[in-house]
Amino acid sequence: MTFSKKWSAPFIVFVIAGTVIPILSIAYYGFTARGGGITLDNITAMFSANHMQALGLSLLLALVSTLVCLIVAFPMAIVLRDSKFGKQGFTIFVLILPMWMNFLLRTMAWQVLLERAGVINGILQALGLPRQEMMNTPGAVVLGMVYDFLPFMILPIYNAVMKIDSHLIEAAYDLGAGKAYMYRKVILPLCVPGIVSGITMVFIPALTTFVISNMLGGGKVNLIGNIIEQEFTVNSNWYLGSGLSLVMMVFIIISMVLLEKFDKTGEGTFI
Amino acid sequence: MKKFFGNLYIVIIMLFLYLPILTLIVLSFNEAKSMSVFTRFSLKWYGEMFHSKLILGALVNTFSIALLAALIATIIGTMAVIGIDGMKQSTQMVLMGCNNIPMLNADIVTGIALMLSFLMFGISLGYCTILFSHITFCIPYVILSVRPRMNKATDTLFEAALDLGASRGYAFRKVVLPELLPGIASGFLLSFTMSIDDFIITHFTRGAGINTISTLIYSEVKIGIRPSLYALSTVIFLIALVVLLVVNWNNIKNERTAA
Repeated sequence: MTFSKKWSAPFIVFVIAGTVIPILSIAYYGFTARGGGITLDNITAMFSANHMQALGLSLLLALVSTLVCLIVAFPMAIVLRDSKFGKQGFTIFVLILPMWMNFLLRTMAWQVLLERAGVINGILQALGLPRQEMMNTPGAVVLGMVYDFLPFMILPIYNAVMKIDSHLIEAAYDLGAGKAYMYRKVILPLCVPGIVSGITMVFIPALTTFVISNMLGGGKVNLIGNIIEQEFTVNSNWYLGSGLSLVMMVFIIISMVLLEKFDKTGEGTFI
Repeated sequence: MKKFFGNLYIVIIMLFLYLPILTLIVLSFNEAKSMSVFTRFSLKWYGEMFHSKLILGALVNTFSIALLAALIATIIGTMAVIGIDGMKQSTQMVLMGCNNIPMLNADIVTGIALMLSFLMFGISLGYCTILFSHITFCIPYVILSVRPRMNKATDTLFEAALDLGASRGYAFRKVVLPELLPGIASGFLLSFTMSIDDFIITHFTRGAGINTISTLIYSEVKIGIRPSLYALSTVIFLIALVVLLVVNWNNIKNERTAA
């Protein structure tokens, strides 16, 4: 008890003003009817056909992109551990650096690459391969999600992998474990906090994005994020937008509980 | 052989991460406005960038907000870590739970919630509301980077310094702060990066007439983005690359001499 608790006063002010009050305000709008009075209509609106369709598509695309990120990131973390490249904090630098190119432009760049007469088709043609026509399809949106959120999957897994004591791996081999068995029984369980952290860091932004679907879906891929955003910017129906956002918070709470369960010590953070 | 495939895998992932960035850099030197045809090398978009009041205004907003937000978040976050240290375990748990909310919450929900609460209290949206929102989402990153540095040893060292006759302020400056410094530095850098790259929260908490680079780009998406914005982003990216490389290179050198 060497330090006074008063030091955290500004932080507590920010927690109240920046987190608690805003969530209460969104709840207030979510449970209020447009004309006044308490209602559940804004919440149950999620079950209308077109909202359910958008939510279903969002869940599907977010699941697929999270899975792809995981499949790509796990071997990457393992390889980085073994290679010289993985040392001296250089990896974190390489994965954070792309954030300095604006997020919107980075996503936009995929338009240039994926276009019918774009760079990728040029390469495919030169190789004598058939052209791709991914632009404005859900596939392009998934690609954009994987591209934008992959670092958030690699970093926590990489941090978890780097913490594994190599003596444990040697001990497993000495005790007669095969390679596959060692990965399954030693590496994988020790990576679980990182994996869970990575999954929440990718799934939630992918589920709620409206920018990626706007840019790479060409207006044909309508996600739940697009609907919420339009309620605020186009339709000016804040009540409905807040109600739908509250429903989305259910997914966020689920992921927070999962994270708490698997990552008690906060080991899997990407910092 | 195994090493070869490992390195090949790293190269492929790096290409995936950096190919779009390379594309934008190349396009910033394209004379035509077209995104698909490279006509001729030209620096005209770089010239236009320096003459556009809109772009320069957005640039100043983006960087001043990022700098202020990162600075204030770093101070508040570091103070919070120091204060939380003396609290009961259960209070610590609750506060850290609240701390995680802005980080795990979807940006769109955070942005909307902040916007609604500003408007409920009659605060008009503008520069200050963006700044406040950025501080809110930066603090968790600072706390998560600084907190692991604050441990039993820090407490013990601090008490030892007091026993040896240091004043509280002196002991804090000479013992605690150097211990926390690496965490503070990475928290600041992370906050700054997150603030620069943010679009969604800014989109909801900005008022009409104020732009950051992100919102300026978003407003041009439908009508076609002017390549001068590619030029601007290229300049920012290259400056960040050089600065971060220098910092990293120094770290690597220090580690080598230490080892």
